[in-house]
Amino acid sequence: MILEAAAFYFFASVCITSALAVIIARNPVRSVLFLILSFCSAAALFILLGAEFLGLILIVVYVGAVAVLFLFVVMMLDIDFAELRLGLLKHLPVGGLVGLVLLTELVLVLLITLAPSATKPAAPAPPLDVTPNTNAIGEILYTDYFFFFQVAGIILLVAMIGAIVLTLRPPAQRKGLPPAEQIARSPSESVKKRNLISRRGI
Amino acid sequence: MSLATISLEHYLAVSAMLFTIGVFGVFIHRKNLIIILMAIELILLAANLNLIAFATHNGDLVGQIFALFVLTVAAAEAAVGLAILTVFFRNRGNIDVERVNIMKG
Repeated sequence: MILEAAAFYFFASVCITSALAVIIARNPVRSVLFLILSFCSAAALFILLGAEFLGLILIVVYVGAVAVLFLFVVMMLDIDFAELRLGLLKHLPVGGLVGLVLLTELVLVLLITLAPSATKPAAPAPPLDVTPNTNAIGEILYTDYFFFFQVAGIILLVAMIGAIVLTLRPPAQRKGLPPAEQIARSPSESVKKRNLISRRGI
Repeated sequence: MSLATISLEHYLAVSAMLFTIGVFGVFIHRKNLIIILMAIELILLAANLNLIAFATHNGDLVGQIFALFVLTVAAAEAAVGLAILTVFFRNRGNIDVERVNIMKG
């Protein structure tokens, strides 16, 4: 019990600290890395809760795909991030006020003691030592929730096609040289000799 | 809500803090679309943590199924959001959210 509590406090504090670091880090690349750390510790919290499958899916999908996508976009776009931070202080009072009000409301809700739910569970979770979490999820995902499973697949397909259509350029606008021009280059027109003075640059 | 035994309320507190951090991030980063998208991911993570905590508390697997669908939609949202961001940057040369209303048709 003590071990569980220690693990919970460790992962919860890492999760929240890195989530804070995501929004206050100066460098967006660091923000993405902190997002990965936050998701990893949230996955550990999921596993502590007994949702092993979702914890591992979170790592596979978020750390493996979404966070890398973010990292890719951050590095691909040539953005002056110093300029973007200029307006930060302007919005701090409003943001701080909204955050404070939200947090107060949420903490006030937490002060109410939650009674165990009176309604019968729709799909009772079997004990973890009898049926593994992944089996239990699969048994109801592919039977009772099969339609929603298919709809989720269609949503992913639409998102994929949408992302491709949005970013696709017609051939005329694509960057990059035609191969013939690249092959036709000769050293005489592309290499120059310069005499460099040490520590001056060109 | 004692400190040594971890109950539902502990997880709800973590989730509430994550959600607040996400909303706070959306509000203070009015110019940087990438950070706003990341803050939205944090908000969705908080929602998932809530769903799973309640699923365990009530002994009901449907909460976990629903969290799985939330994960799916969040991944799709991130992909389309980043695609729009890329196109927006290509057209405008910056990602200033305060001037996004130029996209109005």
